[in-house]
Amino acid sequence: MGAPGARLWAVQRITAAFLGLAVVVHLVTIMLAVRGGLSATEILERTRGATLWFGFYAAFALCAGLHGAIGLRNIAGEWLGWRGRRMDGLWLAIGLLTAAFGIRAAWGLYHG
Amino acid sequence: MAEPMTARPAPPRAGRDRQHPTYLAFLVHRISGLLLALFLPLHFWALGQALHGAAALEGFLRWTDTPLFKFADWGLVVLLALHLAGGLRVMALEFLGWRARQKDMVAASAGIAIAAAILFLLNVG
Repeated sequence: MGAPGARLWAVQRITAAFLGLAVVVHLVTIMLAVRGGLSATEILERTRGATLWFGFYAAFALCAGLHGAIGLRNIAGEWLGWRGRRMDGLWLAIGLLTAAFGIRAAWGLYHG
Repeated sequence: MAEPMTARPAPPRAGRDRQHPTYLAFLVHRISGLLLALFLPLHFWALGQALHGAAALEGFLRWTDTPLFKFADWGLVVLLALHLAGGLRVMALEFLGWRARQKDMVAASAGIAIAAAILFLLNVG
């Protein structure tokens, strides 16, 4: 498992396993939350101070960011021939940046 | 750069391969993944913008409370469900070696995605 491709493959599958559960939780939460409409006050009343939920969504954002970036890296490699260590580093940076945006949004929702 | 696993179906070479249900499943998984990966930064950015207090969030919610946004929301849930179901199929192939009944697994993946799509539609619509 020394090659970057192998490590990224492992990260892709580990994040996929977490996302498999997280997406189900996210979809069920959305379906329950939107019953009877949504209001900002109602949402924020429910979310503020819910540290466990913040932890869940921070992990969700990290996994989604990395999973998406590795997926894009694989597609770019196959379809456009964009390969190499520099490209891998760039995709990793894009994944972490995306995740940081998600964690920032979750922080605003649960602690802002 | 060698990939360690070989369970992923080989890219089809002939036109006939492209008609196989597993190729369609591969294509749906890839396209749904691509669209979701492109959407994700937008989703996080929009949420971040909306979270400058209750008033900003309320304004964002009202702004998105249109039939077009509801349809787009539903489309996203469908993409998510399709990608999730397709991902479960890939993991079952790679980690459990479930290769004998591939067509059944494609059908089951499609079923999971359709069920999620209908459930969401009934709830939101």
